[in-house]
Amino acid sequence: MQEEFPMIRIMDQNGKITDTSYLEQIDKALVQQFYRQLICMRAFDQKAINLQRQGRIGTYPGFEGQEGAQVGSALALDEDDWMLPTYRDHAASITFGKSYTILSSWNGRVEGNLPPEGKNILPPSVPIATQLPLAAGIAMANKYKNSSQAVIAYFGDGATSEGDFHEGLNFASVFQAPVVFFNQNNQYAISTPISRQMNSETIVQKSVAYEIPGIRIDGNDIFAAYFETKKALERARNGEGPSLIEAVTWRYGAHTTADDPTKYRNQKEENEKHRQNDPITRLELFMKAYGFWDEAVVEQLKEEVKEEIDGAVKDLETMPPADVNDIYDYMFEKPTWTIEQQKEEYIKHLRGVK
Amino acid sequence: MITITKTKQLTLIQAITDGMRTMLHEREEVVVLGEDVGKNGGVFRATDGLQEEFGEKRVFDTPLSEAGIIGSSIGMAINGLLPVAEIQFSGFIYPAYEQIMTHATRMRYRTKGVFTVPLVIRAPYGAGVRAPEIHSDSMEALFTHMPGIKVVCPSSPYDAKGLLISAIEDPDPVLFLEPLKLYRAVRGEVPEEKYEIEIGKGKYLREGDDVTVIAWGAMVPVAMKAAEQAAEKGITCEVIDLRTLYPIDRAIIAESVQKTGRCVVVHEAPATGGLGNDIISIVNDTSFLYMKSPIERVTGADVHVPFWALEEHNIPTPARVMDAINQVINF
Ligand SMILES: Cc1ncc(C[n+]2csc(CCOP(=O)(O)OP(=O)(O)O)c2C)c(N)n1
Repeated sequence: MQEEFPMIRIMDQNGKITDTSYLEQIDKALVQQFYRQLICMRAFDQKAINLQRQGRIGTYPGFEGQEGAQVGSALALDEDDWMLPTYRDHAASITFGKSYTILSSWNGRVEGNLPPEGKNILPPSVPIATQLPLAAGIAMANKYKNSSQAVIAYFGDGATSEGDFHEGLNFASVFQAPVVFFNQNNQYAISTPISRQMNSETIVQKSVAYEIPGIRIDGNDIFAAYFETKKALERARNGEGPSLIEAVTWRYGAHTTADDPTKYRNQKEENEKHRQNDPITRLELFMKAYGFWDEAVVEQLKEEVKEEIDGAVKDLETMPPADVNDIYDYMFEKPTWTIEQQKEEYIKHLRGVK
Repeated sequence: MITITKTKQLTLIQAITDGMRTMLHEREEVVVLGEDVGKNGGVFRATDGLQEEFGEKRVFDTPLSEAGIIGSSIGMAINGLLPVAEIQFSGFIYPAYEQIMTHATRMRYRTKGVFTVPLVIRAPYGAGVRAPEIHSDSMEALFTHMPGIKVVCPSSPYDAKGLLISAIEDPDPVLFLEPLKLYRAVRGEVPEEKYEIEIGKGKYLREGDDVTVIAWGAMVPVAMKAAEQAAEKGITCEVIDLRTLYPIDRAIIAESVQKTGRCVVVHEAPATGGLGNDIISIVNDTSFLYMKSPIERVTGADVHVPFWALEEHNIPTPARVMDAINQVINF
């Protein structure tokens, strides 16, 4: 099956464009946007891990290594498209929505789930694969309304073992719903390697069963992530139905800050191997080789990014305290008497405690 | 001013169809989906004729996939549609339980109302029709215990149509349980136009002074029959059809038990963790000092619905309800 679904690359590990037909679509603005967002997301991720180590946020799932897949695919979206991320897809969410409040969800704040005004970004999905039937349904509604909005749903390799993955793809296929299923195959579901997850060589081959276009891309090649996602979204918008993208990538760090990967993989050795394929390094090599590298601009970008992340942390740490009312006030449009009574009793209790 | 309401004699299931038809006419966002709901009109014919009338865009068959049906319906609801999803038998809702629990019921909560799920899940439930295993489950408490979803269970054609319309108009997820034993066993006058019955309100079916009997769904006729038998012995029962299982109508329970001082709760579902316990708790909270005797429950045992040769043994009967009435009277 690997031969039938060869890994698509536009840029090789040395930053060389292997499919020159794309060169005319690659301009300075695009490259700079890619680069800025990649380094920004890596800085964000590293910052979040540091914050966790310092006890300033709770458990956090890092995505370092997956920036190319997330940023590239998210930049391919139109403003009013829909995105259904998982807990690991902050780079995709922030790139699409440009909001850092998401970080507060790792401090247990509901605010972290909220998209910026008018943005169709669902809260990070925690139960594995369950967002995929939702994505199919959102896309079905778009089709029903003749809307040109497309949908992208993110999920990991482990998710493909859940029934919801199959149900989501099947629904999207049967109803020809405009949705792109974007898989990040980072090779592990916590400690379970992909070889234990499935007995098939690739994830993309599962698209055959649903008779939908499937492609396998080098997820660390931001050009491939961007251009291939764009094509799939275009197909969706043109009424050509869903597609499946398998972006092969690697997460350097632990599953979450609460996990110890040295227990199940040779962390150092594996990471060293994968560093040669790093999405940021590759783009830097490309920039240098194709005349997009400007030391002064890069320095300035790094400065900007640092400020942006510092600002995000400041916003996080100056948030007003969580509001107890949030527990009760959003269960239903109008609270039921049970909730009204429970809230009233508890608020009374709190007043007494003070 | 006199409003002339045209009515039709309908069975409970016809009233449900009529409710969907009314809403399909009324709002373009309404879509009806599920296994076999299209051409076949549903295995119980609840959606009979709807696809013919409204087309495949509005009323459509789905793959055999409960998580897919509910998951995609949640997506549609988030994105502006009003899906009415049929689960063929409530006993097959379990594959979708995760979708309901992890997304439908908490989308509003976890996004502070940015995304909401105005979804209706229709599911026939209950025993007494000699159906195969799993087809007869009565597991409403799995859902009344689930925060963020309303649970409705009509027992008459009039209520069925009005409640279904309210459920579709409701901005939150509603599980609409249909007592399949009553689908064709009850008939009644149903207005032709659109009308709503408020979710969360029970209804007096019979007035009395001695005992309050509380039931819903397929247990309503059982409670009524017991009340008739009691009346022959000079005991008058107030029979309440709860109609909504979450949120329960606390006021009607309190009002009635404060008058009668005695109460019997009847449900098909297993006793432990069943709704009868919540009703007892409501009486405890609102009316403890009015009570003349402890409340009795007549329920299914904590067992699965028995295979049908023994099924009747687990369904509350008028005779068992009568025993309970005697118990609370003679305490
Ligand atoms: C339904 C469900 N089962 C188990 C879990 C616990 N869990 C959280 S992440 C995870 C692994 C997921 O792996 P994968 O889909 O490959 O995504 P990745 O974390 O690698 O991005 C598991 C088992 C869960 N969140 N949801």
